[in-house]
Amino acid sequence: MTIDAKNLGYDELNKMIKDSADEKFELSNVLGQRYIGAGMSGKEIKITGTPGNALGAYLNGAKIIVHGNAQDAIGDTMNDGAIIVHGNCGDTTGYAMRSGEIYVQGNAGYRVGIHMKSYKELYPIIVIGGKVGDFLGEYQAGGIIVVLGIGEEKCPVGSFCGTGMHGGEMFIRSENAPTGLPKQVSCSEATAEEKEQIRRYVDRFVKHFGNNTEELLQSKFWKLVPNSANPYKQLYVSN
Amino acid sequence: MAVNYKNPLFEVVRNPDRCIKCRVCERQCANEVHKYDADLDKMIANEQNCVDCQRCVCLCPTNALKIRPNENQFRPNGNWSMQLMDEVYKQAGSGGVLLSAMGNPQNYPVYWDKILLNASQVTNPPIDPLREPMETKTFLGKKSQKISYDKDGKAHYEKTPYLELDVPIMFSAMSFGSISKNAHESLARAATALGTYYNTGEGGLHRDFYQYGKNTIVQVASGRFGVFKGYLDAGAAVEIKMGQGAKPGIGGHLPGMKVNEEISRTRMIPMGADAISPAPHHDIYSIEDLRQLVNSLKEATGGEKPIIVKIAAVHNVAAIASGIARSGADIIAIDGFRGGTGAAPTRIRDNVGIPIELALASVDSRLRDEGIRNDVSIVAAGSMRSAADVVKAIALGADAVYIATSALMAMGCHLCRSCNTGKCNWGIATQRADLVKRLNPDIAAERLINLVTAWNHEIKEIMGGMGINSIEALRGNRLMLRGVGLNQKELDILGIMHAGE
Repeated sequence: MTIDAKNLGYDELNKMIKDSADEKFELSNVLGQRYIGAGMSGKEIKITGTPGNALGAYLNGAKIIVHGNAQDAIGDTMNDGAIIVHGNCGDTTGYAMRSGEIYVQGNAGYRVGIHMKSYKELYPIIVIGGKVGDFLGEYQAGGIIVVLGIGEEKCPVGSFCGTGMHGGEMFIRSENAPTGLPKQVSCSEATAEEKEQIRRYVDRFVKHFGNNTEELLQSKFWKLVPNSANPYKQLYVSN
Repeated sequence: MAVNYKNPLFEVVRNPDRCIKCRVCERQCANEVHKYDADLDKMIANEQNCVDCQRCVCLCPTNALKIRPNENQFRPNGNWSMQLMDEVYKQAGSGGVLLSAMGNPQNYPVYWDKILLNASQVTNPPIDPLREPMETKTFLGKKSQKISYDKDGKAHYEKTPYLELDVPIMFSAMSFGSISKNAHESLARAATALGTYYNTGEGGLHRDFYQYGKNTIVQVASGRFGVFKGYLDAGAAVEIKMGQGAKPGIGGHLPGMKVNEEISRTRMIPMGADAISPAPHHDIYSIEDLRQLVNSLKEATGGEKPIIVKIAAVHNVAAIASGIARSGADIIAIDGFRGGTGAAPTRIRDNVGIPIELALASVDSRLRDEGIRNDVSIVAAGSMRSAADVVKAIALGADAVYIATSALMAMGCHLCRSCNTGKCNWGIATQRADLVKRLNPDIAAERLINLVTAWNHEIKEIMGGMGINSIEALRGNRLMLRGVGLNQKELDILGIMHAGE
């Protein structure tokens, strides 16, 4: 089904998608319509334009491809599926996502991967091609965040990276390690073996947007992991 | 005094003439207070560990036990209470933030106790609920303002999602994690039998309890634990937790040691990992942002479920509630500062927030003044201790109330306020299998049903006395209330007159 989203409100647009039995959708002239694909499973939505906030919130297996930029909170509380953005995206990308994959060709805003978590076979992946804003992986509790920093000279993450992180891993491609990390985050140069762990996600990134997996993986990566799953254990005394 | 000496709060008094050394107390106490000393052939007690949960007292077959406040006193001081001194010692010994549980126990005014109810005399006669119909059914959600009729006289109005309650009382949010699986099951079954709702809290919904979905409110908090499409679809309503009365401005934190296999599966996080729900939703910094979460939940659930926004009663609660009413939410839940918790920093619990009585009255007045009261329903929470409190809350403007502390008490809780230790001897606030099995869901559900049924009878009786025959007619009916011993400012905020006026 193809839909010209011009002058359509988000509720109308989303209803058309939900009510249709089709499995594939192509939306054109999307301009700020929110909640596209919320809670959706089993469908594929191709978007041209700029979808609004909360794209693919609670996504449950559907695939969303954006040709253009995406705004804030894409993949909020996403449970499964994939979001692929041929452009940049805004803040809180993948907020509390539990599984599925998000690939962004360009840059992403603040708080990317905040609260990302994992449970057994549910394991979320975010790969950002460019740089990200402050608070990358804040409260991260699971999953993998990869920031490739393609074309960036400086370390492609902002301040306060990994604040409250207590699970999962981050891989940051950069000559220089991120600075100002909190005490509970350990940062070390990723070994060749560790880099193999993200090969398949870098491969998929390259498949979506071009580039060269080998070249990307040959660069220096920094691996960030928390050194405690219980960061607040020592904080309290029972009263 | 040794530097780390902990002055026991309680004294275990054992009547040696009655004690038969059966060791029930020893087996029942997860805090390891009681012990049989074979050399002395008698029961001894480590009073330092006692939290006064009354489990041993209740189960002692010969009534040999009493727990009473420790008579040992520091030198009395009007400024430095013994409790404050004790807390200084604790912090000096540990460097830790003081952590407490359940509602604010401090001696702040309880406005419910300073409000009296009206009754009919001579004119407008009272109604006897035993022989006349009395309606306690309540609907929560937006109330449609426009009704039009077509040619055939059929009414047309905007249909919005709502909750239907047979009693104006729901069970407030308590997560699986903060309380046990058996406690959750008891609440779920009682809510189903009573035609009302219980609330999952922020810990997800155990797979065994999806069957109670139509009587379940599922909560979405900042940590989004266990939140996925199936969970949102399972409940009758979705509650966004912005705040909690016991700890306004503070998030939740379930320590990793409580995250066992079942909790891990329900919250969808690894075993043993801390479950951290920070104070803010990091995507919400404004009413517009809140609107976005409300709408995304509506989109994800097909617009069929009412969305509740729960906030703590804080100083500018009326303005916040006004914003929430405009955010598209269907129901606002306001939690007063005496509301309970599984764990909260003591200083926050005891010093932050305002009484629900004042918050509720000011929110109801504000929404009425702005002409948006019918856009939302109001649920009041944060210590409803009796049917009288419920009636007063409804007369102050609530559509319904949430209870939790009294529900826990129905299941056996004796308010020892030690939930955070995870050693609840009553099997409620614990995940230890040997303790959880002490709570029998058959009995606990029945006791919950008894409690709410009894309160509902009392509500009918009180309403009947006023000559009122429905919750609808009681709601916001502040003429039914009078204050005693309140100053003019308090009366103005509550919007009630003084007794005698």
